[in-house]
Amino acid sequence: MTFLGMPTTAPRGVGNLRGDESFPAAAHKALQDEQLRRNLGHATTTIRRKSGAVIGELPDWQELREAGSTLKANTMARLPELLDQLEANVTAAGGVVHWAADANEANQIVTDLVKATGHDRVIKVKSMATQEIGLNEALEASGITAVETDLAELIVQLGNDKPSHILVPAIHRNRAEIREIFLREMPGVDPALTDEPAELAGAARRYLRETFLSTKVAVSGANFAVAETGTLAVLESEGNGRMCLTLPETLITVMGIEKLVPTWRDLEVFLQLLPRASTGERMNPYTSMWTGVTPGDGPQNFHLVLLDNGRTAVLADEVGRQALHCIRCSACLNVCPVYERTGGHAYGSVYPGPIGAILSPQLTGVEDNASLPYASSLCGACFDACPVKIDIPSILVHLRNEVPHPRAEKAAFGAVAYTMDHPALYTRAQHAAKLSRHAKKLPPPLNGWTASRDLPEPPSETFRDWWAKR
Amino acid sequence: MSSRELILGRIKAALGDTAVPEVTRDYRPAASEKADVELLIDRLVDYKAVVHRSDDVAGVVASLNPGRLVLPPGLDPSWVPADATVVDDEYQAEAVLTASTVAVAETGTIVLDGSPDQGRRRITLLPDLHICVVRPDQIVASVPDAIARLDPRRPLTWISGPSATSDIELNRVEGVHGPRNLHVILLGGAS
Repeated sequence: MTFLGMPTTAPRGVGNLRGDESFPAAAHKALQDEQLRRNLGHATTTIRRKSGAVIGELPDWQELREAGSTLKANTMARLPELLDQLEANVTAAGGVVHWAADANEANQIVTDLVKATGHDRVIKVKSMATQEIGLNEALEASGITAVETDLAELIVQLGNDKPSHILVPAIHRNRAEIREIFLREMPGVDPALTDEPAELAGAARRYLRETFLSTKVAVSGANFAVAETGTLAVLESEGNGRMCLTLPETLITVMGIEKLVPTWRDLEVFLQLLPRASTGERMNPYTSMWTGVTPGDGPQNFHLVLLDNGRTAVLADEVGRQALHCIRCSACLNVCPVYERTGGHAYGSVYPGPIGAILSPQLTGVEDNASLPYASSLCGACFDACPVKIDIPSILVHLRNEVPHPRAEKAAFGAVAYTMDHPALYTRAQHAAKLSRHAKKLPPPLNGWTASRDLPEPPSETFRDWWAKR
Repeated sequence: MSSRELILGRIKAALGDTAVPEVTRDYRPAASEKADVELLIDRLVDYKAVVHRSDDVAGVVASLNPGRLVLPPGLDPSWVPADATVVDDEYQAEAVLTASTVAVAETGTIVLDGSPDQGRRRITLLPDLHICVVRPDQIVASVPDAIARLDPRRPLTWISGPSATSDIELNRVEGVHGPRNLHVILLGGAS
């Protein structure tokens, strides 16, 4: 039974938080893709090296991590008061704040805002929140074209593909594959295009230029929002963010309610943590900060959509709520031995990797992503890499205990106990297990159990048989 | 019930009586270190900006053959070469010349805040060449120093090198949508 005001998970049937199949099934397919593994191995090795080098330059990296961690915990505990403050300051600076309880409401708000402008095309800055809620699909259904302007997002959109990494959604594609996608899908592309990254970037520049100059509405996410001042911040590299945030007449920003920081000063912590942990740069090429509307400079209509979509359900879990501290840097993906082998698609959600394995099941309710808490070897590399010290392994273990274990499983363990107390039955059961050696999954009603676990292979000879022969 | 009340109610229910933890700030705060101009130059060059140490701004600008040049309204007129082709429309401009607000040595970052000598944001975005002038007193050591100096009510653009992407195999490649060339003129102490 639920009543209004209780923390609620993200609704089914909208957005991109749930996969079509379980992690083991999807991972099994991904593991057979050698090109994918080579691309991922190359990319994650590169980023680990770069990130390690620039983190090593800071004598106070651990102190910054501790500040980031305590700042986020402090923010979560004061969320109602800080959201109030943010709303008041954005409004005072000429912006309009909207509240969206879930993906459906957020999509409706944005669609209505775009329609009210009379335009039927929006340019987008890469945003996890809008991917999470399936905004592009919702806009499309209302006849509005959403153009992704981040290079990796563009590669994914042109290739009719799905994102596989938080920071670099096309990380699973190498330069040769990107060239092929551009040659096939990019209108007006130079057929002599090579696979040099600089040339590929140049092709994207030419392709999007006219769109940037002529589109009147932009949709963005936000990396940070400052409650104290009403300031929003977007960190990016290419300048596509600056284009979207300054050229259009109307800007609509969709932001999870956990993205805010209390004070302007707090940005001094996160602006040091995020670029070094994320792209392995001392600073990303461009960061834009704006407070409401500036007369004569940039969009004159600014809307901020504050999104719940399951975040309050995460907040309700005292152990799991740390997942809301995530600043979407993707360092945990880049160090994860599981992610490096399976890639991001296997996780089924827009949030892949270790952070996805704790965030997605909490946003949807664990029953809808029951295999994800098991998508880890619990090696702990993600915890060490996290710039805000999210204890991912502990939350994974915690969520494993929350995964609903089917009644059949309870019955099965009861049967095991009975059988082990009765030696004749036990011998027979062991021989039956031998016969099941080639089974990958248990039959119903235990198939739910093996959907998220590998069934260990029974030995060819039972211990008792082996002992008897001696 | 509005969604606003609904969400705030959910948050309060989720938090219960959660205590508010203290924030630990043991990192280097603002004013810990002196700004190091050599470090700034090193970091700018590392991210592919071109650095000029000169007090003859107009001379450096002229030497770059900027073509059609757009200028913010409050720029020091002595910085503009006498024979420059100045245009009003940033869409037609090939280059832009601005001042700056803060430069962060540790990260090689220059921040613009839309003051009259820096102009509205789009003028430093559309041209392919951005020439940016930094005064010695604008250089700070670290990110906390920059935050302490900046006014969040102004539109801020933090620039660290020319437009770049890491989206192809996670290698940094310069030159996507923003200016592909960033030249920084450091005033005072030409060497």
